[in-house]
Formats: sequence, structure tokens, C-alpha cells
Amino acid sequence: MVKVTLDNVSKFFGKVKAVVDLNLEVRDGEFVALLGPSGCGKTTTLLMIAGIYKPTKGRILFDEVDVTDLPPKDRNIGMVFQSYALYPHMTVYDNIAFPLKLKKVPKHEIDKKVKEVAKLLQIDNLLNRKPAQLSGGQQQRVALGRALVKEPDVLLLDEPLSNLDAKLRVMMRAEIKRLQKELKITTIYVTHDQVEAMSMADRIAVMRAGRLQQYAEPEVLYNKPINLFVAGFIGNPPMNFIEGSIKEENGEYYFESEGLKLKLSKDLGELVASKSTDVVLGIRPEHIRVITSGEVDNAIDATVYVIEPLGRDLVINVKVDNTLLKILSTPGLKLEPGQKVKLVFPEEKIHFFDKYTEKAII
Amino acid sequence: MSKLPIPTYRITPWLFLTPLFIMIALAWIGPLFLTVYLGFTDLQLKNFIAFIKDFFTPQVHFTLDNFRRIFLAQDPYIPEVARITMIYVGSVLAINAFFALVLSIAIAYFVKSELISMSLRVSWLLPRITPGIVYALMWNWFVSRDGMFNLLLRLAGIPESWLPSNWLLDKPYSQLLMIIVNGYIGASFGMIVYTAAIKSIPPDLINAALVDGASEFQVARRIIIPLLKWPIMFVTAWQTLSLMASYDVILMVWGAAQGASPSEVLGITKVAGVTVWSLYAYTQAFSQYQYGYAAAISLVLVAIGLGLIVFYFKVFGFRRLMEPSRVEV
Ligand SMILES: Nc1ncnc2c1ncn2[C@@H]1O[C@H](COP(=O)(O)OP(=O)(O)O)[C@@H](O)[C@H]1O
Ligand SMILES: [Mg+2]
Repeated sequence: MVKVTLDNVSKFFGKVKAVVDLNLEVRDGEFVALLGPSGCGKTTTLLMIAGIYKPTKGRILFDEVDVTDLPPKDRNIGMVFQSYALYPHMTVYDNIAFPLKLKKVPKHEIDKKVKEVAKLLQIDNLLNRKPAQLSGGQQQRVALGRALVKEPDVLLLDEPLSNLDAKLRVMMRAEIKRLQKELKITTIYVTHDQVEAMSMADRIAVMRAGRLQQYAEPEVLYNKPINLFVAGFIGNPPMNFIEGSIKEENGEYYFESEGLKLKLSKDLGELVASKSTDVVLGIRPEHIRVITSGEVDNAIDATVYVIEPLGRDLVINVKVDNTLLKILSTPGLKLEPGQKVKLVFPEEKIHFFDKYTEKAII
Repeated sequence: MSKLPIPTYRITPWLFLTPLFIMIALAWIGPLFLTVYLGFTDLQLKNFIAFIKDFFTPQVHFTLDNFRRIFLAQDPYIPEVARITMIYVGSVLAINAFFALVLSIAIAYFVKSELISMSLRVSWLLPRITPGIVYALMWNWFVSRDGMFNLLLRLAGIPESWLPSNWLLDKPYSQLLMIIVNGYIGASFGMIVYTAAIKSIPPDLINAALVDGASEFQVARRIIIPLLKWPIMFVTAWQTLSLMASYDVILMVWGAAQGASPSEVLGITKVAGVTVWSLYAYTQAFSQYQYGYAAAISLVLVAIGLGLIVFYFKVFGFRRLMEPSRVEV
């Protein structure tokens, strides 16, 4: 097990800047997720750690050893590819045994380890099959087995669940997490699915267009997103954003937008106003309170637009003037489209971002 | 569709195909039957005119003599021709199927620069793009008495006495040249098939092998070559058959490019030891005017070829052979 450090790593393909100045430290035994939309440089980052790509700039360290120029075979890495990349001409057994054969491990020992891993992943009944005879979920386990059998120092997983159906995905999520905790292998897990990242990783590195946005624990990303992008990417349904400005009237501060005027406490108002007056207010769907009757202080008028019942949850879409907001609520609330409601934004749950730099103000 | 009442819909495609069928009948089926027939006759120069005038002339006799000459070694040169043919097909096949594979892997996998890889591929394609007779003439110039090859050897300090008096006529150099000249032109076929197949291997597979600890060489041996199983079989089968029947390059280098008349070709190729089976059939017909015998000789080749086709189809399966660049992924 090792600590992995990316020190100012960049990778350019001609004019395409796939990864730019990436700094990342993955602790020994840690489970880190690389999260970002497709094309943001996640796979490229993994392939650099694996040694397939050489960084255009920067260094990669395993513990304190600079491995930037080491070929993949000298890095002791296990990797699961998005396509699984099982060798089609080999049986499952030979696929899993392949890394050990290359290491010239004695035959009986190979046999023992392959069977051990196969049992761990519950594929011991498939060892004689060819990859083409396996289902997606089985192929995925074989790929995982092949990556684990050599007892790698670092495990790299490139969207390993993206080709599975939803049910299997949820099951494998838990299984991979348990496996990682059990084996304590330093793991870097690439995904574009924030739920996967949030539910599995110790820490998440959010990337966008080749640049690291924020690297923190899941709760921190959720509670204190560093910019609009992270705020919008984490959470489902995503955070609501309302563009507006901070106004001061008679020593009181307001957030104003079309059809909406929200009084802010003096402390918050002063703080935000001191940074910027053109801002974006952000609030998560689960933090908005819906009031159907009675008078409330500092509430916002809204009209119910559409209701999406999800069984356990209820997603209420409301319109404030022309802005559509999503609210996550529990079922039981009787609402009709067109109905007038009032919304309460608890102040401690409100985020403010600078409209131009997109950075979080609070 | 088949219930459409207008018959022209069905006739039109056949109408368009008719010229092709006429061509096939004239150029393939007709000669095929003629060859089979002639192989059992004593047609030669002296009864040829009579045969032209009257297909059923009594001057042409039905006989098995041709096959006696071939199989009972009544023609003393036949064993030599068989030996040369085996050397020719075996060696050139090794170049066209196996060496082409090594080259393709080198060019498409080991050479990472696209530009270099492209230029190497083009350099191997050149002999195929060049008109055959020009290719033959260039070899003749290259290995002639005061040609480039001797010039280079002299420059390298090889004493004059070591050089053969004629590269094209002195065995074993002449036979080596036969192999090289044909291999250089033939390798491109396999290379095109192999390169396409290698390029169609998903990069992830190769990356996975590298991460699993394979060296570049091990990737070639344990991933790329096994994945090229079908292309290799296809090229091997195809090339065996076409090599057995091909003598055009030999005829051009040892015949036309030398300025030899058809009647001189057999003499030259005999001295050089490059008379392959199909060329022998050609010379029997067009320089010895032994039409019946020539037909019989080529019939033997057709029989062997048919046998090989049946063998290949049995072993590899017909459908698989028809999918040249198939990679098992
Ligand atoms: N081998 C390559 N050659 C050229 N461009 C590439 C190559 N690999 C990736 N890219 C480009 O780099 C960017 C990042 O790609 P990638 O790392 O695959 O993204 P992700 O895995 O996050 O979806 C993309 O714009 C992609 O087109
Ligand atoms: Mg990717």
C-alpha cells in the first residue's frame, strides 16, 4: 500500500488540455473518487497514474518515490477499465492468472491465488468460460479479480459500474466499498456519478475541464461547495440557483431577484455585500420549506408547477416569477399545480456565489 | 417485394449482370473446360492448325500420356520443378504471411510515431503500386553486372572474385532473388490485412496488458498475435493458393525484362533454377507449343489447389475465411 501524490501534473494531447496542473494526494489505504462530467480528464489522470501516459508536465510519486518515468509494469498497479478490457482469447482463469504469469509466479501458487480471488468475488464457477460467455456483471467481477490478484499497491477503477444495470450497480457499490475497506488498498475510483462518489469515497476530487475544482470529504463538498460548479454537481436533485443582487436599504440587507425579495440578517448581508453585490443564491432542494397556509415572515411567493412523486420522496417544482425551483419534500403534502404557496429559505442553509468568478462567498 | 406484379423488377438486375456473366463464361468457365479437355489430348504445334479449323479433327488424339510423363517421371525435369515450386511457395509464403506479420506489428504497434509508421507502410506498398514490368526492370538494373548492388558491394570492399558472374542466373543467388523479388511485392497484401486488424484492437486491451505487467514484446506475443489468429489464417490460405498459381513476376524478371523471347524463357529459368510449376506449364504451352502437356501440368496444379481449398475450408470454416480483418473481441 502506498500514498499517491500528483505534483502539478498536466497532460496535453496536441492542443487539447486534458489535465491541467493537477495536485492530488491520496493517503495510504484511502478511497478517493475522481468525479466530473465526461471528458473532464478523469481517465487521462488514471492512465498517467498507471504509467500508460507520461505527463506533459509534473511528477507522480508513490510514497516518496518518483515514478513519473517508470513503465506500467514496474508500478504494481491493478486497474479495472471502463470497458473491462478482458482478453477475449483467454478463459476467465487465464485472464485472472495473466498478471501472475507475467511475474513468473510458480504454477501452484498462481492456481491458489486465482481460486482465492475467484471465491472472494464469487466467480469460482465461471473459471473455464471465455469473456464473451459472461454477463456484464460477471465480466466486471473478472476484471476486478484480475486487478486484485497481484495484490497491487494501488487500485485504479475507471467507471467500473457504468455499464451495469441500476440494481446491480447499487449492489456492486456496496461490495466494492466493503472489499476496499477489507483489503485496505489505496484506491482511486473514477466516476461521473456523484451518488457513487458520495456513497463510496473517503474523499472526492471534483474535476472540470481538466482542472481540479475541490478535493474534500463528501460532507464538505455537500455543505461547503467551493464554487457554482461543485455546488451544482453534488446533490440530487441539484442545488437551486437564483441570480440576483444584494441591496442595502436603511441599514438592512436584501437579496433581490425578479419576483423575489429576501431579507438577510445584518451579519450575512454585510459579509456578502463586502465581497460582491452581483451574486447567485444557492439553496438545496431539501432545505426549502413549503408553507401552504398562514402568514410567515420573510417568505417567498411561489406557484406549484408540477409534482414528481418518487415513492419515499416528493419533488415539488415551483415557479418564483420565471425561475423554476426544485424542492425535496416528504409525501403527504397535498399540492396541486397552480396552487399558491410560500417558501422559506433557512438562512444557515443559503449559499452565495459571486456571479462573475462563480466562487463561493459563503 | 417478391409479390410485385411487374416482372421488369426481377429482370433488370440480371440484365445488368449479363455482361459480367458473359465475361466469366468466356474468361473462366470456357477455358476451364478447354483445359480439362486438352489435358487428355496430344495437342501440339503439328496438329494445332487442324484443331483450330476443326475442333473434332482426328489428328488430335485422346491420351493419358501427359499424365504418365508427369507422374512416372518420364519428363526428367518435373521433379526439379516440383522442388523449386515447394521452395518458392514455402519461402515466399513465410515472407507474405509470417514476416509480414512481424513487420505489421513493428510498424503498427512498436513504432509510435504515426509519420514514420505511415512512411514504412508506403515503402512496402511501393512495389505493388509500381507497374509490374517497371518493378522487374528495376530489379534487373539493380543486380546487373554494373548495377547498384554490385556497386555497393564493391564499395563495401567485397573482392571482385567473390561476386557471382550473374546474380539472376547463378544458383543459389538466382533462387534467393526469386524469393526476395516475390516476397517484397507480396508482403503488402498481408500487411494491409494485419495492420487493419491491429488498428482495430481496442487500446484498452493493450493498456490492460501493460498495467498487468507485460512488456511491449509480451503484449505483441500474448495479446496481439493471438487476437490476429483469423487474419493470419486468412492470409496464409489466400497466399498459398495465389502463390501456387502465380509466375508473372518471375516471367517478367527472367523473361521480358531480359529481353528474352518466349522461346528463350524456359532455357533461362532452367539455368537460374526458377522454373516454378505454373511457369513450366506456361513455357510448355508458349515456348514448346506442347498444348496438351501444358494443360495437363496446370490441371495438376488445379487439383492440388482444389484440395487445399477444401482443406482450408474444413479447418478454418468458410464464413470465417470470408471475413479477412476479423479480430476476436
Ligand atoms: N489519446 C488521446 N488523444 C487525444 N485526445 C485525448 C486522448 N485521450 C483523451 N483525450 C481528450 O482529453 C480529454 C479528457 O479525456 P478523458 O480523460 O478520457 O475524459 P473522462 O475520462 O473524464 O471522460 C477529452 O477532451 C478527450 O477528448
Ligand atoms: Mg473516461
